[in-house]
Amino acid sequence: MTEKLLELSGVTKAYPGVVANDAVDLTILPGQIHALLGENGAGKSTLVKMIYGLVAPDAGRMLISGAPHAPADPRAARAAGVGMVFQHFSLFDALTVAENIALGMEDPPGMGQLSARIAEVSEMYGLPLSPGRLVGDLSAGERQRVEIIRCLLQAPKLLIMDEPTSVLTPQEVGILFETLRKLRSEGTAILYISHKLEEIRALCDAATILRGGKVVAECVPAETSAREMAELMVGRGLKTPTKGAPDVGDVLLELRGLSLPPASAFGMPLRDVSVTVQAGEILGIGGVAGNGQDELLAALSGEARSPVESVWFEGQDVSRLAPEARRVAGLLCAPEERLGHAAAPDMSLTENAMLTGAARQGLARRGWLDWGAARGFAERVISSFDVRTPGAGTAARALSGGNLQKFVIGREVLQEPRVLVVNQPTWGVDAAAAAAIRQALMDLAAGGAAVVVISQDLDEVMEIADRFAALNEGRLSEAVPTASLDVEQIGLMLGGAHGMEVAHV
Amino acid sequence: MDLSAINPVLLIAAMIGAATPILLAAIGELVVERAGVLNLGVEGMMIMGAICGFIIAVNTGSPTVGFLAAALGGALLSLLFAFLTQVALANQVASGLGLTLFGLGLSALMGQSYQEVRAPRPGGEPFAALEGIPVLGPILFSHHFMVYVGVAVVAGVWAVLKYTRVGLILRAVGENHDAAHALGYKVKRVRTLAILFGGACAGLGGAYISLIRVPQWTEGMTAGVGWIALALVVFASWKPWRALAGAYLFGGLTQLQFNLQGAGVAIPVEYLAMSPYLATIIALVLLSSDKSRAPGSLGRTFHASG
Amino acid sequence: MSDSVANRPSPNGGKAAYRAKGGSLSGKVKGLGLRLEKRPEPSAAMAYLTPLLAVALTMIFGGALFAILGKDPIDAILTIFWEPLFGEFAFFYRPQLLIKGAPLVLIALGLSLGFRAGIWNIGAEGQYIIGAICGAGAALALYPLESPFIFPLMIACGALGGFAWAMIPALLRVRFGTNEILVSLMLVYVAEQLLASMALGLLRNPDGFGFPGSRNLQQYPSAHNADIIANTGMHWGVVTALIAVIFAYTLLERHRMGFAIKVTGSAPRAAKFGGVSAGRVVVFCLGLSGALAGLAGMFEVAGPSGQITIDFNVGYGFTAIIVAFLGRLNPLGILAAGLLLALTYIGGDIAQSQLQLPSSAIQVFQGMLLFFLLALDVLTNYRMRFGAGEVR
Repeated sequence: MTEKLLELSGVTKAYPGVVANDAVDLTILPGQIHALLGENGAGKSTLVKMIYGLVAPDAGRMLISGAPHAPADPRAARAAGVGMVFQHFSLFDALTVAENIALGMEDPPGMGQLSARIAEVSEMYGLPLSPGRLVGDLSAGERQRVEIIRCLLQAPKLLIMDEPTSVLTPQEVGILFETLRKLRSEGTAILYISHKLEEIRALCDAATILRGGKVVAECVPAETSAREMAELMVGRGLKTPTKGAPDVGDVLLELRGLSLPPASAFGMPLRDVSVTVQAGEILGIGGVAGNGQDELLAALSGEARSPVESVWFEGQDVSRLAPEARRVAGLLCAPEERLGHAAAPDMSLTENAMLTGAARQGLARRGWLDWGAARGFAERVISSFDVRTPGAGTAARALSGGNLQKFVIGREVLQEPRVLVVNQPTWGVDAAAAAAIRQALMDLAAGGAAVVVISQDLDEVMEIADRFAALNEGRLSEAVPTASLDVEQIGLMLGGAHGMEVAHV
Repeated sequence: MDLSAINPVLLIAAMIGAATPILLAAIGELVVERAGVLNLGVEGMMIMGAICGFIIAVNTGSPTVGFLAAALGGALLSLLFAFLTQVALANQVASGLGLTLFGLGLSALMGQSYQEVRAPRPGGEPFAALEGIPVLGPILFSHHFMVYVGVAVVAGVWAVLKYTRVGLILRAVGENHDAAHALGYKVKRVRTLAILFGGACAGLGGAYISLIRVPQWTEGMTAGVGWIALALVVFASWKPWRALAGAYLFGGLTQLQFNLQGAGVAIPVEYLAMSPYLATIIALVLLSSDKSRAPGSLGRTFHASG
Repeated sequence: MSDSVANRPSPNGGKAAYRAKGGSLSGKVKGLGLRLEKRPEPSAAMAYLTPLLAVALTMIFGGALFAILGKDPIDAILTIFWEPLFGEFAFFYRPQLLIKGAPLVLIALGLSLGFRAGIWNIGAEGQYIIGAICGAGAALALYPLESPFIFPLMIACGALGGFAWAMIPALLRVRFGTNEILVSLMLVYVAEQLLASMALGLLRNPDGFGFPGSRNLQQYPSAHNADIIANTGMHWGVVTALIAVIFAYTLLERHRMGFAIKVTGSAPRAAKFGGVSAGRVVVFCLGLSGALAGLAGMFEVAGPSGQITIDFNVGYGFTAIIVAFLGRLNPLGILAAGLLLALTYIGGDIAQSQLQLPSSAIQVFQGMLLFFLLALDVLTNYRMRFGAGEVR
């Protein structure tokens, strides 16, 4: 019997009002790729944060190679042989690749020597990277390489990867898997967090499924169907949205050679984007994060003014119109970031309803606000979209991600837009809410509006969009009917492998 | 008017002296801001340094002990800011303003009985022997010890930020505190230490004014130098050597303005006295287009999440 | 700086902050078994309680300070807070409360609007000076003409002067992204020099035997901002301050601009998405606060002070910052806070003459008040928990 690398027993962690992990047991063997599966809020991140020393468990025991593992901080965890590749917020844009890597190491060598080692490791695992570049200038895939190399330089026994493929094209995913398999063959264990079931079936040796903070099942992914795992994850059968054939009408939204400089130092310019969207259809725009999605949404919402004659709405040039005027005309948007962009976190739902509903819903007259009407509108959104909240007076930040997202989408949908543009409509949203949101978008299109769905979730785009276009480096591909596409083609449209190469196994 | 009364060599030498308080305060604040904290209390910490240094120097007769006390006084006041912003998570702008108002009041209170007192003779010109060298002598070697300390601090800060791990961690914390926290760095500890350093530097700058430049105590004697130092950090683009150059530029302007007043130029004194502040505004306007170098987390409150 | 805080393009920064906060239900700070947990919603009770707590703590620590200075702390506190209101000479001090409170409230109201939107005008002192110079200048230019139109003209000039002075940081920020904190503050020093120049030059009283300072407007009936009811302290500035409170309250509660200000401060990106023009908010907030500060200066120079002198300004523009925060940036709160701070000024004067308490002690006292308020504010948004400390 192989010696266990990581053994968790009865690990519990509670926050006020919620038990994030409830007596979780987990065993990982050396050289095993172990999936940790669960919906948002199932307790995956809390669990790995405990293993990585960011959070201390309330109860339970952790062992690494038989020795007690109670890291006081991530350094201690790293010293114990645990490495972690974060999905978000662990890179420094304004620092170089080498500096970023040095920060993740306990005892980094001098910069010159470190650069040499980075080159060596990146060569070995097929992850090309130049040490002197600023991280802010890298693509999402390249940023991930920085994280991976940072971990690999420590020669970890256990590598934790948090949703690593959500920022990659299908081709890049393939290459990443080659790298991970090579690590496995060298005896490194990998704890792989994901909710993408097909990936897990292709890659992982074992899976632990979490729901509501508890382990609900363990399985061998290759021997379990995706549907079974999905139901274990969600705990019930899922209603899939129903989709009829589109009944398209006039062109409602048209972009003609839209080019925009980036709004920020590390932003992405839009380059000659042209596309049309007709009444009754859903256009899906796919792409890896950071390829111009936010910029495109800003150009459509009016937050960024575009050059004249580049954005057309119902035959009118709206390129220079402000957000308010576009809303009055019928062009509505819902940005990706719920807290801070689509909604003001500290303000009530009523105030957030006023934020975008003022003009179109008659909530303001000659500058004077009608709070009663705003409250009524907020309450309509809450009831129509099944937003779980004590009331319209609740602060936006007190809502769960899924509920706030339903509110944000509902707020725009109920205003009966002619064109609705949404960015990442179901990011970080539980499956039931995601299904409801997708259904609402499809109903909207069926009712004769044009819908643009910008999403990094290709499954989502394929499920609800009639046509698909890919955003890559700020350029938009030609839109093609989704029915004619397979994953391979989409991957190529998204920019292929971005210069990555397969690991030299 | 008599412009020939202005001796360029002495002017440059005086300008280096005039620049030192601004320089010390600015380099301290630069470190604080590189750690991601905006402390608008520089003026308050300077004046606290000015009075602490003055009181101790008068009572011990030693300007050196005075300077040490000034650094301590500035750092103590900044500790209050650190408590407010790092522990109580208060708004940094408001806390900094509060620090300035409080520092001005407290220094006035402390300095009550020191209004008419003269500071002990400064002494301590380490290179006085070389002062005789024509032109270069007065410009480079005629200064008080603290002038050289100021330059040394700039060089030290530059080297630490660029070449050391401590500097790298400090920059990382200022750039993205969430990422630094995720990697296990103690964001609040790093920031608190940076704030203390900033306070000590501001205190030294203040004491330079009360012990060497004036040398006497009057209420509110820093007269906005702390604010100019804050502006200097912005237009130095958070780079130490540029802060040095900027400080000399402003020191020069302040000094020139004094000399012009002395030479009896036909511009009313009040308008000459305005010039450093107006110049600061103009410099801010010219350089404010380039914000790309500002630390990413500057001014944002950090609160670790589970 | 504040610009870079608010507007600096940081592709990761904003998103990361939100994910970090949104990712879990709680957070903690280390130390002494004390943890801070973010409340899901700000506590309304704490919002009202913290200013009172801050005042109480300031009295305790202020008392300790007075004790260190060798004064009986209870006596000193009573002298400051009781004497002006209920003491033997209260009839004399009560009007002073309005006279000193009015400029504080006027200025703080304007500042609070900006502070709510994340626009930091800390140069109200300068705008106050310029308002006074312009208001007085208008009157002195017409001296000795008597006309009912002179006083309204002075009001307009005072407001315009303050407005124009505040437009400098406003336009520089909108046009060039220049930091308004530093520019507005620098302009205080410029305004002070301008004041000196006016008192010594252009506006100097030609019949003043060469002494610095302008004619006394109290002796110029058309320009005098006299008490509306004699000996009550109720001059036109007080009336204006009360009107401004109602105006600011209505603006914030009922008007789009008020809403725009609140959203801009609370979530700038959401405000932009909602269609708020950031530049317009900057111009509005700075312009209005400048105009109000200018008005305060004008009412002061035409009334209680009477003349332009070198030391005309006494720091109302800075104290108003404390008033704004103590009033929780709320118009009604500011009214109460303005009166309280006016009380400390008057009580401080009394303590100075009766107990020889140095005037700077009051300044320290006011500073303490702001500190306690800022420190206690954490209770509004966070819950404190004691007990076994966490790793972090």
